[in-house]
Amino acid sequence: MGFESLRRSLLAGERVVAFTRADGAGLGARMLVWPDGRAEGELGAGDVDREALALATAETLPATGLREIEGVEVFVETFEPLPQLFIVGAVHVAIHLVHFARRLGFRTVVVDARSAFATVERFPHADELVVEWPADYLARVPIHANTYCVFLTHDEKLDNPALQVALEAGVRYVGALGSSRTHAKRVAALLEAGLAGELIDRIHAPIGLDLGGRKPEEIAMAIAAELVAVRNGRQAAGKP
Amino acid sequence: MLDILSDVDRWRADGQRVAVATVIRTVGSSPRPLGSKMAVSDTGSIAGSVSGGCIEGAVIEEAQSVLEDGLPKRLSYGISDEQAWSVGLTCGGEVEVLVERIDG
Repeated sequence: MGFESLRRSLLAGERVVAFTRADGAGLGARMLVWPDGRAEGELGAGDVDREALALATAETLPATGLREIEGVEVFVETFEPLPQLFIVGAVHVAIHLVHFARRLGFRTVVVDARSAFATVERFPHADELVVEWPADYLARVPIHANTYCVFLTHDEKLDNPALQVALEAGVRYVGALGSSRTHAKRVAALLEAGLAGELIDRIHAPIGLDLGGRKPEEIAMAIAAELVAVRNGRQAAGKP
Repeated sequence: MLDILSDVDRWRADGQRVAVATVIRTVGSSPRPLGSKMAVSDTGSIAGSVSGGCIEGAVIEEAQSVLEDGLPKRLSYGISDEQAWSVGLTCGGEVEVLVERIDG
């Protein structure tokens, strides 16, 4: 049923349209079509396959639902890139944030150069746990538009170069932990590094919706709430 | 799909067979949108959901035969359907689900 290809595509953050026959002897036959015109599998009739290909490569991708294509009932399913969350800093807040974010449907990756922090024991539930300089990691992995980045290290050597990569890649959300004084220092450093002011303005700082909490799990929840607000098109007040 | 992927990966790595149920049609109020998925393994593990808990039991049962013979099934549940009363579709809508075995 093309599961493996679909799985790989979703994890890579690709858009893909799945066509599945919903009637007759061909029930369950599946064709996957990527918007660039690649296709895999068939629905069992040339004209149906051609029409499916046309639908999936059109400017507007088809809505998910049943549809009749050349007299055959087909379930069309458009998969947009999964929201993915990169958490830079395997700190205590990150442990709680992994839990909330995964529950909320984010593929969650934790990155930290410090192997003492980034351990499987601390992050058994992260979809990926990476011990690497965060800037190097973000520069080498595919970053699609549905990517959220949260910076929690409190260490400018780790945070700032990675922040720059994320902002220049045009991710959907960037938030950075720290007081307003810490943030002012960060802004100065990023300007110094040559980053454009309007990119720097995209950083959500102080990070998270204001829930008034101080404990790591409360901060994690405030961040998770902000991620949901952004995903649902409601930016936090006062943010770009 | 994301919500079931890590469970499905784990079960398949353990050598379990897995079926996936997908909501393909809804009429009236229904708690889960089109495309919602539930995965069922041959040891009875489940992940995800296709309703608010109303039809899951029935779908899990049907999934076992799909796991057995590999033939996909299209299932309908609704208030006009006697079976739906027995499984209790409290939302009052209709739901159709496609169940298939993951074979590759």
